[in-house]
Amino acid sequence: MKWRVDNIHPVIDGEPSANPTSVLVVDGRIAALGADFSGERVEREVDGAGQWLLPGLIDLNCHLPEPGSDRGGSIESETRAAARGGFTTVCTTPDTSPINDSGAVTHLILDVAERNGHTRVLPVGALTRGLEGERLSDMAGLTRAGCVALGNGGHTTASSRVLRRCMAYAHTFGVRLFLQPENASLASDGCAHDGLVAARLGLPGIPEVAETTAVNELLMLAEETGANLHIGPLSCARSVTLVRAAKEAGHNVTAEVGIAHLEATEAAIEGYNGTFHSRPPLRTEADRRALLEGVESGVIDAIVSQHRPSDKAAKLAPFPETQPGLSTVESTLSLGLERVAAGELSRRALLRALTCGPARVLGLEAPTIAEDRVADLTLVAPEQHWMPAARSLYSAGPHLPVMERELPGVVMLTAVDGRIRHEHKGDGS
Amino acid sequence: MPDSSRRLQLTADGELRHFLAIEGLDEPLLTRILDTADSFIEVGERTIKKVPLLRGRTVVNLFFEPSTRTRSTFELAAKRLSADVLNLDIGTSATSKGESLSDTLLNLRAMASDMFVMRHSQSGAPHFVAQSVTPDVAIINAGDGRHEHPTQAMLDMLTIRQHMKTFSGLRVAIVGDVQHSRVARSQIRALNTLGVDEVRLIAPDTLLPHEPEALGARVFHRMEEGLRNVDVIIMLRLQHERMEGALLPSESEFYRMYGLTREKLAYANPGALVMHPGPINRGVEIESAVADGPQSVILGQVTNGIAVRMAVMSMAMGGQLNERQSGTSEGVASS
Repeated sequence: MKWRVDNIHPVIDGEPSANPTSVLVVDGRIAALGADFSGERVEREVDGAGQWLLPGLIDLNCHLPEPGSDRGGSIESETRAAARGGFTTVCTTPDTSPINDSGAVTHLILDVAERNGHTRVLPVGALTRGLEGERLSDMAGLTRAGCVALGNGGHTTASSRVLRRCMAYAHTFGVRLFLQPENASLASDGCAHDGLVAARLGLPGIPEVAETTAVNELLMLAEETGANLHIGPLSCARSVTLVRAAKEAGHNVTAEVGIAHLEATEAAIEGYNGTFHSRPPLRTEADRRALLEGVESGVIDAIVSQHRPSDKAAKLAPFPETQPGLSTVESTLSLGLERVAAGELSRRALLRALTCGPARVLGLEAPTIAEDRVADLTLVAPEQHWMPAARSLYSAGPHLPVMERELPGVVMLTAVDGRIRHEHKGDGS
Repeated sequence: MPDSSRRLQLTADGELRHFLAIEGLDEPLLTRILDTADSFIEVGERTIKKVPLLRGRTVVNLFFEPSTRTRSTFELAAKRLSADVLNLDIGTSATSKGESLSDTLLNLRAMASDMFVMRHSQSGAPHFVAQSVTPDVAIINAGDGRHEHPTQAMLDMLTIRQHMKTFSGLRVAIVGDVQHSRVARSQIRALNTLGVDEVRLIAPDTLLPHEPEALGARVFHRMEEGLRNVDVIIMLRLQHERMEGALLPSESEFYRMYGLTREKLAYANPGALVMHPGPINRGVEIESAVADGPQSVILGQVTNGIAVRMAVMSMAMGGQLNERQSGTSEGVASS
């Protein structure tokens, strides 16, 4: 297929170019850039006036609930939501059902994604069998089947000894690790930040040290074993400090933060609002500020959706029994642009954390808009607004961090491999 | 929370329609509950201890956690108001068959229940029910997780008012396991709302919330300092599990440091009231001589419990019925 976009501002290294230009896409690649292609015969012409052309957004942490029960969505529904959010690549977490701890499950995910997916899907395999934290998974086999990394999927590895061996074994085969830091015995039965709000509501708390001691442990073990460690999502200021120090010491580590943690704090769970039940928990305003600063300075490499669709019933319970997680993949970019509009984050830092940052984590070539590059493209109208509402979402999980509030930035078009996978219809969908 | 809690509990006219938490309720309303309870004390002294306020209404006692004392006072209160009472020990029936809390409650509502008296091990469970499941059934919180136990706090307030006449100028110390205590959270809020001078918490750090100042109280670690110039001492019950959870070394050490003995009682103002929500662990939280002594009002608290529960049930039923008639149940979730 041959198509072109005119009057568009390409975004290079997080900065939209000042002068609009045209881009020609032929057979899945950017064939030409910058010239006047009005003489070319194309199948589609898109007017990109006032829009940015981004290299496709990459999400390192997106739960696609397939294989799994059919209640919380599918690879089809959630990648459709991701494409609407401007993502062209999503890394899917290993906590599927069954758990992605064998090549067979990885193949299944990739097959379904190939048939029904609307974005590229890169599976993250389980670091231990069944994510139980006891026996090593077939790491080399998972990697050969197509896993781009191995992770704990938010489950904690009980013993430091097992974790150390996982890292050493992973290092042997050059396997990348995506690990969410949580000290299980300190997190215990907690369900909210161990702070002012949990104290008042009488909710069992997850203290900050449940994260910081785990961050420390992961950093120390990765340093010793030489493992390629990507850590997160982070939730508190002290974790950012620890990762910064490790990076300054030259350790091979990268980090991520979930968009909800840049947007909301513990105050969001007032009134036992289970929608904001998150893991790690939403913490204080000072933590939120420090996480934003971490993205700004590059200590945090990637902003992730940490998308976790769950059906309506999963949140219809007393707060501690609700399922943690939000449905965020459709609104991640817009929520980020809202932070930019609020003056809390630079546009450049936001766009890098959704493109170049995650690409670096995955060891991919730095995404950019240039000739001969694969046409994974996202067109965004930064001045337009949209209103998230439960009924108009593509995701099967209706639990958004914002509802009935105008958000900046509409994804006008998402193309994967040159194929248009999402197009804004202008009717609110 | 104070705002959302207020909206959820009150009708548009400011009448009580659920009683979920002290948080969000103002001084005039708490005083009205106490005044109404006072008027019901007289009912308990009659030969025929009944008033017809809830005649024809069905009250369901839903206890997802075992309780004998609280449940029986609620039952007695409902019967004295002439209601039909159904006691359900849910802990051993529906939920263990995999039925969700929502389904259980929707089934009960279908049996034309007018009021649920609910105890649940999860903080916020009654809020969830009032907001999202059965907003048109009056919900009375009989204790939720570590959150609140508002009727217990109100009966304690009634006891304090009977003895001290007023709340202003009082210093109140709450001693023991504040962190896991729903009673303490309700008491602190009620005392502050009713205008005491100071609420103090006396406990080791392991039995306090991570940020105890969030509760609106001053923290002390030692009885000698915390009890000085205090007018009311509320001892909390210590659960045996706390020793297993590595929060305390032993009951005997707790008693030595925080148990209310005659010696420690002497730090407080002369004539200070001694209270305990019960059941008492003698020799753990309190010395027998103090529990049975002249300053103890522990038994009176039980009598007041029935009157306070009658007050809350009749008020919430009234608010709920007015709301149903006007058909404008504000704050009702569409889900």
